Amino acid sequence: MKAVMLPRPRLTVHTLPSLLAVALFALMFAAGSLAYDGFFSGQVFLNLFIDNAFLIVVALGLSFVILGGGIDLSVGSVVALATMVLAALVERLHWPPAVAALVILLGGLAFGALQGVLVEVFEVPPFIATLAGMFLARGLCYLISIDSIAIRHPQMEAFSQARLPVGPLGEVSPSVAVAAVVLLLAVWLAHGTAFGRTVYAIGGNDRSARMMGLPVRSTRIGMYALCSGCAALGGLLFGAYTLSGYGLHGMGLELDAIAAVVIGGALLSGGVGTVAGCVSGVLTLGAIQTLIAFDGSLSSWWTRIAIGVLLGLFCVMQRVLEWWHQRRAGPG
Amino acid sequence: MNTATAPARRPRPWRHPQFWPAATLLALLLLNWAFNPGFVSLSWRDGHLVGPLIDIANRAAPLITVALGMTLVIATRGIDISVGAVVAIAAAVAATLIGGNLVIQDGQQVYVARTPMALALLAALGVALLCGLWNGLLVGVAGIQPIIATLILMVAGRGIAQLITQGQIVTIYYKPYFFIGAGYWLGLPFAFWLALGLAAVMGWLKHRSALGLFVQASGANPAAARLAGIRAGALLVGVYAFCGLTAGLAGLMISSNVKSADGNNAGLLLELDAILAVTLGGTSLLGGRFSLRGTVLGALIIQTLTYAIYSMGVPPEVNLVVKAVVVGVVCLVQSPAWLQWRPAQADRA
Repeated sequence: MKAVMLPRPRLTVHTLPSLLAVALFALMFAAGSLAYDGFFSGQVFLNLFIDNAFLIVVALGLSFVILGGGIDLSVGSVVALATMVLAALVERLHWPPAVAALVILLGGLAFGALQGVLVEVFEVPPFIATLAGMFLARGLCYLISIDSIAIRHPQMEAFSQARLPVGPLGEVSPSVAVAAVVLLLAVWLAHGTAFGRTVYAIGGNDRSARMMGLPVRSTRIGMYALCSGCAALGGLLFGAYTLSGYGLHGMGLELDAIAAVVIGGALLSGGVGTVAGCVSGVLTLGAIQTLIAFDGSLSSWWTRIAIGVLLGLFCVMQRVLEWWHQRRAGPG
Repeated sequence: MNTATAPARRPRPWRHPQFWPAATLLALLLLNWAFNPGFVSLSWRDGHLVGPLIDIANRAAPLITVALGMTLVIATRGIDISVGAVVAIAAAVAATLIGGNLVIQDGQQVYVARTPMALALLAALGVALLCGLWNGLLVGVAGIQPIIATLILMVAGRGIAQLITQGQIVTIYYKPYFFIGAGYWLGLPFAFWLALGLAAVMGWLKHRSALGLFVQASGANPAAARLAGIRAGALLVGVYAFCGLTAGLAGLMISSNVKSADGNNAGLLLELDAILAVTLGGTSLLGGRFSLRGTVLGALIIQTLTYAIYSMGVPPEVNLVVKAVVVGVVCLVQSPAWLQWRPAQADRA
């Protein structure tokens, strides 16, 4: 809301977080290269994409909801549910993986649409609607199985192990190619279609978007559907990456995804930011993980703390930037 | 809607705000009784009451405690989803400080606390208060949305708890500490007394001081409350800090009851239960009026429901699904769209 009451936001203020994220990433990569042997290589850089392809897809979907002024806390659980359903359909019911994937994607869209209806039609606050969704999806995982299900289908294994060469840098997995395609589609959807412009309008000011006669209702339901659909796709990639389905997959993933979007420069109040920004956020998070893995002496829970601290810093920075902007733009 | 003008001659018990929560609790208790005739049996053993009802009261105590803190947060239009993590942190601090070493005293094996228990308890509650203060500063001073501000601690907090326990499950061997979560006082679980005492103190403060009014006013209409001179920032910091403190107290109860602290699983998903207890008790998620009695009833409903699910032989994993569906239904019933639709139905009938 605030963003629209101000004059048109300046590019410099609102692209600053994203630029900072890129600088931070470069700094961490440089520090890692100096500190550890074998860190400075094209393949380490590409591994960031391989390890986080699913997160890029999830964060892209979440970008739409955050740009539209909402929040979706269910993405981590939807990822887990997608891996679980994938494993159950392929391993227990012996469905072809392609059919299972299609069903899961449609299921994800339907799950998100349901949350969207709760938010839009019944005016349930987004965090409550999606918090309920988060627990529902997690509970459904455990209904399928409490234990992890291994995926041994030859097609899935082939997908998991295939590598595509990328020039002199090294090679990437097919998941990265999927993420790249999703990135292109998301950028087109956000900046080149009426749907995307309506999402920005809703995030900027819901009421004026309605008064302008924009299709707020269908767009908001659509953006939640899109987010859960992307989370389901992310879950498919994650299932292929780990070759398993498990109800505990993606614990805390919602924080990673939200952090990636915020670090990528999207304002949490909605309406300002780009969908592509979240890629820089994902890479920053990936670099933290890689640094901690290379160090070896730091335990993995430091990753969680570091991501929390980083998200906190960027949230505070957003608020400071907003204040600064308001004071400069304000009267007197 | 137009009930204010209707003649209020006939008593309408179902209009009472706590009628539906109380009726739900009663229905659940009756359901349990129908399935298990021994459900209401109470017996006196080892100087205290024993029976399924006492079990429910004991297990509901941490939930009541957290939900009471959450009630205030929700009344200010906020939310605190970090309570589960704060429970884990407080439990980790207490367990690590107390621990318990086997020592031979006068030829007998005795467990001795590493730190004096009072100090350990104060430290755990202090750390929980700090966690709450952190949330409060982010929400009240920095102006970050409550869901994001507390999400940071929700996930980072588990990391911090792991850090404190060094990734281990810390077992406690110190008898006096078990009294908090598993002891009995006047025949009833001590934890239950603690939770009821907290509710009583909060109720007294709500009705006898201006604090309750301030909280309700700033939730019902933040702009009007600010114009009326309520310092919203300080109030929010206080409310979130208090919520952290209640989570810390619940952490002590839980770790004392299970005699250990697990950074990963202590208080896991407690935030949903607490939010559910608050909404079941009739406090709107949109802020404003809140009911402490309703919250206590809501927490008892959840624990009784959990007990019913277990005793009917339904897999415990279904619990999550049932609770998620209940949250959804309660939100729907509270939603403006539903409220508009319902009077229309009533008029037609």
